[in-house]
Amino acid sequence: MRKFEPKIVCFLCKWCTYAGADLAGTSRLQYPPNGVVIKTLCSSRIDPEHILYAFQQGSDGVFIGGCHPGDCHYQSGNYKTKRRVLLLQNMLKQLGLDSKRLRLEWISASEGNKFAAAMKEFTETIRNLGPIPKLDKEENNQ
Amino acid sequence: MKRIGVFICHCGVNIADTVDVELLTEKLADYPGIAHIENYMFMCSDPGQNLIKDAVKTHKLDSVVVAACSPTLHESTFQNAIAEVDVNKYQLEIGNIREQCSWVHSNKEEGTRKAELIIKTAVEKAKLNQSLDPVSAPLTKRVLIIGGGIAGIQAALDIADGGYEVVLVEKKPSIGGHMIQLSETFPTLDCSQCILTPKMVQLGKHKNIKLYVNSEVEAIGGFMGNFKVTIKRQPQYVDPDKCTLCDDCTVACPVVVPSEYDEGLTYRKAIYVPFPQAIPASYTIDTENCLGFEPIACGECKKACLAEAIDYDKKEEIFIEDFGAVILATGFDLYPVENIPEYGYGKYLDVLNGLQFERILSATGPTGGKMLRPSDGKVPKEIVFIQCSGSRDPERHKPYCSKICCMYTLKHAKLYKHKVHDGQPYIFYIDIRSGGKRYEEFIQEGVSEDGIVYIRGKVAKIYKEGDKMIVHGMDTLTGHKVKIKADMVVLAQSIVPSEGSGKLFKTLKLGTDSNGFMSEAHPKLRPLESLQSGFYLAGAGQGPKDIPDAVSQASGAAAKVLALMSNDEVQHEPIIATVDENKCSGCSVCIGTCPYGARELNEDRIAAVNDILCEGCGACISACPSGASQQKNLTDDQIMKMINVIIN
Repeated sequence: MRKFEPKIVCFLCKWCTYAGADLAGTSRLQYPPNGVVIKTLCSSRIDPEHILYAFQQGSDGVFIGGCHPGDCHYQSGNYKTKRRVLLLQNMLKQLGLDSKRLRLEWISASEGNKFAAAMKEFTETIRNLGPIPKLDKEENNQ
Repeated sequence: MKRIGVFICHCGVNIADTVDVELLTEKLADYPGIAHIENYMFMCSDPGQNLIKDAVKTHKLDSVVVAACSPTLHESTFQNAIAEVDVNKYQLEIGNIREQCSWVHSNKEEGTRKAELIIKTAVEKAKLNQSLDPVSAPLTKRVLIIGGGIAGIQAALDIADGGYEVVLVEKKPSIGGHMIQLSETFPTLDCSQCILTPKMVQLGKHKNIKLYVNSEVEAIGGFMGNFKVTIKRQPQYVDPDKCTLCDDCTVACPVVVPSEYDEGLTYRKAIYVPFPQAIPASYTIDTENCLGFEPIACGECKKACLAEAIDYDKKEEIFIEDFGAVILATGFDLYPVENIPEYGYGKYLDVLNGLQFERILSATGPTGGKMLRPSDGKVPKEIVFIQCSGSRDPERHKPYCSKICCMYTLKHAKLYKHKVHDGQPYIFYIDIRSGGKRYEEFIQEGVSEDGIVYIRGKVAKIYKEGDKMIVHGMDTLTGHKVKIKADMVVLAQSIVPSEGSGKLFKTLKLGTDSNGFMSEAHPKLRPLESLQSGFYLAGAGQGPKDIPDAVSQASGAAAKVLALMSNDEVQHEPIIATVDENKCSGCSVCIGTCPYGARELNEDRIAAVNDILCEGCGACISACPSGASQQKNLTDDQIMKMINVIIN
């Protein structure tokens, strides 16, 4: 049987984690190819609705990378993200989803190794959790 | 439908080894929206760029996706290339298939599949990208500098020499800051006043500089390039044009108050010149201490003034002026050492702060440069210096290193030794930090040539016994207690942001760190700018600094401002927030989330975006409960289309 390959949406802020992901590349650190990146200027641009939409469409995991506390290029964007993610993780449980499917990490531009490690670890976590249950209304009604 | 061109780079073998470039080119050719697709060995090379430009013309492309290395490397290269063939540079998208794909994966099949997804997300985003123009607004070519210490003076002179008008606002009656109080400067031991006063005179006479002393900034409006600033000037009651500096008024004045210039070691009158080389050279009445002239309680100075320069009827003045940029050079003060009661400052006359000791060393000081102690005028034979008085003590005082104290304490000990050859200086220290050009050599000379004794440890208490100050401390290198019968004690207190600067930063809406120092836009790459556009930082208000660092930073900030002033308008990135007036309910949630004050309710109760202030973080957009806010070229629609591609 073919191994389950999770689909992962990664939102990375331009200033820290996107640059950290670039550094992982420059350092030729290997990690699984399951996550595909959407670049935002700041992690605070990510609307909880985007995350829910991703899960609804069938994303098995959502990864958010932002600047370390105190390092946000826009002063306080990462704190807003932190609050939103915490609330959303609670909400995921109510939807019957494992809150581990949503991950927030602070990864700076100099932490290529941390990014690669986080990608490996998160992909493995999602692989173990298995495919996301269908959130589609119609299918649930059937 | 947009006509999008996709250009896939091999980057030699860097991409092509892990991503099957030919296969992707073939596979994506029919993808909706892609009007043209090709690959090339090195897309960033001149032939590569020409290939893109030719394809834009031949296939009438209106948007371009380049799948290559990270956008940090060549985004601007390709933006400029398409701009040359009249495609707006915001119509360019980069698919990062090197750093985030070929270099981090080794299986070609997996790499190719991921590269396909990356390119498709870029294409989906490109489909909805709009052509944008940089946000621009007119620029007022005048600069406000707040603070007249060495940093403010240096920045003012650099900008004024560059040909732009400068207004310098100083809250005290003269410029000069703390540097004018110093005796000699480390590590060269050149006289502080001798190097500072020529600059002060130059500033006072500069045709491009307007000086407001006794003045403070009351309010600010507008944004980068177009600030409207309210400046309040307290009257000095003496007309500098009529005053002949004869000093008859101070002789007549009956009020005596401690001198700020001499750090309370001498006295001045209520009508006074702060110090002989003050700029502007003019008398001021200190209304807090004057017996009063509403009604006139004394009037002696006016009677004594034959030049009739004194006018009690002068009122405070308000000036509203326009500026394009602001430099903050608000400087430092010493940590109130009254907060460290075990050192006995304020209780014992012979426990001094660092600036008081500077005044005793100074030829213009209270003792005329003779080394005499304040209590009885005797020559001190043993002096204890205590470094880190309040610094590096996170539990009780300040957590940070004040940076300059190691050096100035050594300078104090050295200058003392030059005046009292048989005297013995002791320095209590935690560590010696002497990073700086010729700084370490200066310390080593002090130990080997001047016989200065360093004791590693902290002082526990100081008290008076007879005419001696008894200093109890611990030598942590030997583990022994130390007791020194000293004639005088000098404290090297922490450097803190200057008094009143916190209130000013609030008025200007500038960020500070937890210790009240101004925050820079980026600690490493943008240390001269505030995060708020149009504000630049110089001197110790941003963090403890010695004179060369303050001057360098001031000249750096001035260079930033000069670069700004060389433009005819201010421009910045247009990737900012927008608002759909039909959807906005005026709930104001966005206003609270914006760190830049860029969202404001307008007269129609729409939370409008100030295009110049908005930095494009997007925090307000995801906070908007009605979906009225969007980010240009990163709309919710674009994000969702990209999500679709990744998942399906």
